Amino acid sequence: MSGMNRQGRPSSIDNTAHGGTHSTFTGNKALELEEPLLFELDNPGACGVDFDEPEPFTSRLGSFERQGRIGLASVSEPEVVRHFVRLSSKNYSIDAGLYPLGSCTMKHNPRLNEKMARLPGIGDVHPLQPQQTVQGALELMSELAHWLKELTGMPGVALSPKAGAHGELCGMMAIRAALTARGEDDQRSRVLVPESAHGTNPATAALLGYKVDAIPATKDGRVDLEAFKAKLGPDVAAIMLTNPNTCGLFERDIVEIADAVHEAGAYFYCDGANFNAIVGRVRPGDLGVDAMHINLHKTFSTPHGGGGPGAGPVVFSEALAPFAPLPYVVSGKDGFRIVETEEAAKADGTQPFGRMTAFHGQMGMFVRALAYMMSHGSDGLRQVAEDAVLNANYVLASLKDDMSAPFEGPCMHEALFDDRFLKGTGVETLDFAKAMIDEGYHPMTMYFPLVVHGALLIEPTETESKQSIDLFIATLKDLARAAKSNDKDRFTGAPYMSPRRRLDETAAARKPVLRWAPPMPAQAAE
Amino acid sequence: MSDIRFTDQHEWVRVDGDIATIGITDYAQEQLGDVVFVELPEVGKDIAAGDEAAVVESVKAASEVYSPVSGEVVDVNGDIEATPAGVNEDAMGDGWFVKLRLSNPAELDKLMDEAAYAEFVEGLQ
Amino acid sequence: MRYLPLTETDRREMLGVIGAKSVDELFRDVPESARRDGLVDLPRRKGELDVERALGRMAAKNVAAGSVPFFVGAGAYRHHVPASVDHLIQRSEFLTSYTPYQPEITQGTLQYLFEFQTQVAMITGMDVANASMYDGSTGCGEAVLMAHRVTKRRKAVLSGTLHPQYASVVKNLSDFADYELEILPPALPDTIEDVAAHIDDKTSCVVVQTPGFFGELHDLRAIAEAAHAKGALLIAVVPEIMSLGAVTPPGEMGADIVVGEGQSIGNGLNFGGPYVGLFATREKYVRQMPGRLCGETVDADGNRGFVLTLSTREQHIRREKATSNICTNSGLCCLAFTIHMSLLGEEGYKRLARINHAAAVSLAERLAKVPGVEILNQAFFNEFTMRLPKPAAEVVDALAEKGVLGGVPASRLLPGVKEVEDLLIVASTEINTDADRAAYGAALKEVL
Repeated sequence: MSGMNRQGRPSSIDNTAHGGTHSTFTGNKALELEEPLLFELDNPGACGVDFDEPEPFTSRLGSFERQGRIGLASVSEPEVVRHFVRLSSKNYSIDAGLYPLGSCTMKHNPRLNEKMARLPGIGDVHPLQPQQTVQGALELMSELAHWLKELTGMPGVALSPKAGAHGELCGMMAIRAALTARGEDDQRSRVLVPESAHGTNPATAALLGYKVDAIPATKDGRVDLEAFKAKLGPDVAAIMLTNPNTCGLFERDIVEIADAVHEAGAYFYCDGANFNAIVGRVRPGDLGVDAMHINLHKTFSTPHGGGGPGAGPVVFSEALAPFAPLPYVVSGKDGFRIVETEEAAKADGTQPFGRMTAFHGQMGMFVRALAYMMSHGSDGLRQVAEDAVLNANYVLASLKDDMSAPFEGPCMHEALFDDRFLKGTGVETLDFAKAMIDEGYHPMTMYFPLVVHGALLIEPTETESKQSIDLFIATLKDLARAAKSNDKDRFTGAPYMSPRRRLDETAAARKPVLRWAPPMPAQAAE
Repeated sequence: MSDIRFTDQHEWVRVDGDIATIGITDYAQEQLGDVVFVELPEVGKDIAAGDEAAVVESVKAASEVYSPVSGEVVDVNGDIEATPAGVNEDAMGDGWFVKLRLSNPAELDKLMDEAAYAEFVEGLQ
Repeated sequence: MRYLPLTETDRREMLGVIGAKSVDELFRDVPESARRDGLVDLPRRKGELDVERALGRMAAKNVAAGSVPFFVGAGAYRHHVPASVDHLIQRSEFLTSYTPYQPEITQGTLQYLFEFQTQVAMITGMDVANASMYDGSTGCGEAVLMAHRVTKRRKAVLSGTLHPQYASVVKNLSDFADYELEILPPALPDTIEDVAAHIDDKTSCVVVQTPGFFGELHDLRAIAEAAHAKGALLIAVVPEIMSLGAVTPPGEMGADIVVGEGQSIGNGLNFGGPYVGLFATREKYVRQMPGRLCGETVDADGNRGFVLTLSTREQHIRREKATSNICTNSGLCCLAFTIHMSLLGEEGYKRLARINHAAAVSLAERLAKVPGVEILNQAFFNEFTMRLPKPAAEVVDALAEKGVLGGVPASRLLPGVKEVEDLLIVASTEINTDADRAAYGAALKEVL
């Protein structure tokens, strides 16, 4: 009996122990670890980098040498790593589960794209290096431009806008530049925007000094063609229309809308946020679109990174292409060349309206998007649209009896529900969504579009499997049943199991605390 | 006794001599939810009926408060600027926004009286 | 296709549930004239290996900054980014999360944004900072629009110290929004620019960059005073954010808004983007700020937590009355910034800034000895301007032939401006060794 364990270590489970929720000394819950603010970890003397002081030298800072303490925390590398790893554990992510945020296209982010963006010849290149040392980078931009033009059927593209809203601004600037060139800028002061539009659309039009005129929607969730035509006139500069629209529907009358816009001498701006539904199957150029931004971080899957960075290249019709902003890439017999000044553009015969940003745009996003497009190819991209639309319609068909859908299908890449199914339950859209968190799902987009009461907008995307969507559907069915059978607590207090429960947004807005500040020092003794 | 009138945008105006006190109705504060911020005009500013007199914000909404009548701003309610919750607590009283010196009292005639406004709100529900 | 989980069997079953015969039926709302039956004219799908080959071939045609003696700056700077930064930002929970609209399950993002805002406010010497803009140049445009809102005026004055592409971005915005703008001629480091003389009662703001486009450090105090005396704001622009570890922050010199390019901390060169715009201001102007703000609050159990706040300024609520149309910003670049700044900390940041300054001083001393070279700067941080005996663009090309990336000729960004034709803007950071500087000195001597 040598080597016997005499400690009597138990190996069976004690079923009599108290279960359920209880608090812990640390506030931690096993793998879920609480984490203070970085500044509360401050340990003067610690440092996360090793650099030697420079050899003595004569400062050339003049009278500008910084005095006093900045206030930054001093923390070693292991503590920094642990801090951010613990923070990361408090985030939901598409890598962890279904992220059905309508209008946001949260799809799988291939890691190949990350690897490509980190090639030294891509990530470690300066935008102002001599052009002969960046021929590959310019080729990559040119190649991306080619793919975007082919996929949209439009002859011009501006790559530099930094995100969707920035792309909108760019597109609307090109429209205004074209109107100015026609001598009609003063005359055309109105922009038509459907009620269901993203908030960025009216914000963009207003930024350019346009008066925003809302177009009402029909009962079937589309632009009211007659009301729209009645609003057209010689003072209209453009229409800004999302297609597929924010209700997840294709605007059936789009060609007629485009024709009417052009007949009135105005331009058609298309918000391309929902391009994922039609990529490879429908080309906006064939619909009469004059300008459209493409959110590379949506359709072409550059990771959303907790709120960016994105990229919002804009494609242009023949009429607007000459006004595309600086810079742009051209190829000639000596290789690729970037046109980055007005002088160079003049020599080139174009009339760029100006510049959206310093340097050349989001190269890091360009390479990821191109890697994504090359991986899919023309056949795979068409399948992307088809599967995205199929998944959304499957959700709509499976849930329309348990929840309530304001519009008849088929939908495009997102399924829209309203809150009629919650009527009389005491559960609101917000509560319903928060209960999904306890079930391990990120809620769908809520209360948008504004034209639908208590909207719930679900975009499963093409990278969800049927098995995953089936469980999601079953979960929503169970929640809908619970709401209707008076199980209110499951909703109104939800979420119960997330790292934080509902947060007091009123308090945050009434007395904003927007930064950490050191605790007040105790009153110094005289 | 002061006279109180209402607009269909849910502002109220109470007149005392040539001074009009303006605020938002109880119904409006309930619809907005917790008020977190109000922006008030400068004293001395001339405001025409229908012009933006103030801005009131909840967490998820921002609304303009339109002046029901014309006049010069003679006072603003600093208390609700400091403590916006005051609008929720007493919208029709201490939660007032602006006092104007009336320049055209005839404008009052176009506004609803208490009974008409009550009926109007009823119709919204 | 490896990224698409549905099988043909799945698709058939799902169509059955929907009650459609084919996927085509789901696209029936598309006008017939716009339906495409065939594939677009682009290559078919590729495996990982083939994509790597194709993009690797393009990448190989570029000269990577790390492969040569490298001295290019002018708004983007090569610094050493610690390995843990890239490791941490690639965690799925950060990389593949959306904007934190559901605070209960995005506290990770929200807390680092709060830490980011705090770090930015600290280094700039300001009260508050937002959760980032796209980059320094677009942040600069937004700052001007904000100053117009605050002052209810409509004219901005841009100093000649401002990066020409930043000035172009502001000009573009101002032109389209019908605002007035006065752009002063390039302010060479050996001349004195009288910005104050251009401020009048109509001026909403004056925009000054420090270190300036030519590397010179500028005193903002007198300009701030002159601006404030006329009811205007001072916007300070800092494209090399590393500088604030060594030089007096704009907040201590009277700036009302500070805009920075945060790329130097945590982010690579990336051929110009993505970068991260820093935006800080005084507490009293908070409600006029563009962009997202993260604030502290408590949850239903009384635990500290963070939320996006003051959202009524933003487009998704205010629509046409929003302070800006910005939506997506630079989340992940903020995270890289925050992690790198956390590793540096108080001492590391200051020391690294001193090392940068020492590197540039050492280079300036060496290059000043090359016959024909004149260093124009009085006070500088890690970048300076030299006057050469011939056009700088030619010199840069000749240096590149010799394997040295020697800087940015001012004429590249200011074409046709006679007095800058011979000027070369040179940056040196901690990445440069003595051998790099020696190689530069030797190559320059040969080229001139």
